[in-house]
Amino acid sequence: MSARSGRRERRLAALLLAPAGAVSALCFAAPVLWLGRMSLNESLPGGALREALTAASYVEFATDDFYLTIAANSIALSLQVTALVLVLTYPIALFLHRWQSPWKPIVVILTVSPLLVSAVVRTYGWMVILGDAGWLNAALRLIGAIAEPLALINNRTGVVIGLTEVLMPYMALALIAGFGKLDPLLEEAAATLGAPPWRRFWRVTLPLSLPGIGLGCLLTFVLAISAFITPKLLGGGRVFLLATEIFTQAIETLNWPLASAISVVVLAVFAGALVLYGRLAQRWAAL
Amino acid sequence: MTRARVGRVGGRAVILALYGFLLAPLIPIVVVSFSNEAMLSFPPQIWGVRWYLALLDNQKFMAAFRVSLGIALTVTAISLAAGLPAAFAVARLQFPGRDVLYALFTAPLLLPSIVLGLALLLVLVRLRLTGTYPGLIVAHLVVTLPYVIRIIATALATLPADVEAAAASLGASPARVIRRVTLPLMLPAMLGAAALAFLVSFDEVVISLFVVGAKLTTLPVEIYRYVEFRTDPQIAALSVVLMAITVAGVVLLERTVGFLRAFGR
Repeated sequence: MSARSGRRERRLAALLLAPAGAVSALCFAAPVLWLGRMSLNESLPGGALREALTAASYVEFATDDFYLTIAANSIALSLQVTALVLVLTYPIALFLHRWQSPWKPIVVILTVSPLLVSAVVRTYGWMVILGDAGWLNAALRLIGAIAEPLALINNRTGVVIGLTEVLMPYMALALIAGFGKLDPLLEEAAATLGAPPWRRFWRVTLPLSLPGIGLGCLLTFVLAISAFITPKLLGGGRVFLLATEIFTQAIETLNWPLASAISVVVLAVFAGALVLYGRLAQRWAAL
Repeated sequence: MTRARVGRVGGRAVILALYGFLLAPLIPIVVVSFSNEAMLSFPPQIWGVRWYLALLDNQKFMAAFRVSLGIALTVTAISLAAGLPAAFAVARLQFPGRDVLYALFTAPLLLPSIVLGLALLLVLVRLRLTGTYPGLIVAHLVVTLPYVIRIIATALATLPADVEAAAASLGASPARVIRRVTLPLMLPAMLGAAALAFLVSFDEVVISLFVVGAKLTTLPVEIYRYVEFRTDPQIAALSVVLMAITVAGVVLLERTVGFLRAFGR
């Protein structure tokens, strides 16, 4: 390629990239940087704001037991949900990996497509099932198993159940992709060499699906810790997490510096999860 | 029955139960939407389409539906107009900083919506654009454009370059090759990208919650505000309408780019 055509190509590229570049810079990069800057401003009582360069919001977060508890609760809940999602989704993905049927493509889509159904709609479905007058309580009362309705929403239980279901399709996506890269000949070889099914699974299939598990867990964890709709609606305002606190501080309390500081903390947890995943992925690649 | 057979039947039962859990929230919605009762009840006794008819009379929902539809269509058009050239440049041209730029384009998919929503609120408030069409469109563009660029760039990368080379060697000008060969071959990917952009915008709720105003709200935000306090069957009917739109989008996506590939797998 001559220098001249190279320059022409670069000019063409610049022209083609300009609209999307403008959207990325103005509507994404600038707001996120602005959010970082906002976290250093000073918040005054009554929602007023003073431009400053202070770490006061971070100090407030790090020294107030309320926020530290929220952070710990968020991480614990996200880890618990991630574990549940993995345990409930892995059998489905393994089944789809082994299943030979003309229906398979449709069932794969059925497994993953709920992620395109609005989280509001799916959370509402859980409210119908788990509410005090919901289907589960009504059915249990009908058969005489309980006298008083079980408290399944407006508490942590409801958030865990709903979030687990809402995030399962993402895990399925990662696991299905992981199984897709697995060479079926290896499993056959193990079988031919006389390994019983459980041993074949334990020594061949499971280790080979670790990269998919890792990616799925990363995805589920970061989505769980930043989920807002499901915890807010199924928690009924009684389950305090980082994501719900960002919304409360931003919209109700109007403490934008603190809301921004909590957002930066969430991003830091994200970065931590990514680094941990990178380390593990390297180790698996070396296996 | 042999032991292996028992094991297989048991395994199938577990899979069915897991699917039951995964699809659990969708089934009651459909059932409840066809009950004519004033409240949620189990099992419903009276059946009908009363709540679907009530939707048509609900001015709030109808207005929000029109807003969501208008925004989703506009956002889809802008995403394609800006995303197609960018994807072409990233997939086909050589220029410094290409990988960095592609990473920047797709980065919004990695950030939590709750953080993006707050970031957009802070900027849009300054520009006095919260609760306006331009504000909501900009907010949705941030999450739809990355999908469009990724789908089209992936499709371009897998498109056989031979066909274009053949057209060029037969004397077609570069502009003519793009118009007569590349674009027609790209049609499925563009349709798939459009379907996904539309669905993402139409269903978007977290970012919208930050930037909607008192006069201008989207349908998912209206639903969110409604179910925060009530769970009557009207929302079930509305949810079924939304699910039908999703199913149509999923079918279009599968027919064009393949459902799983649309998510970068």
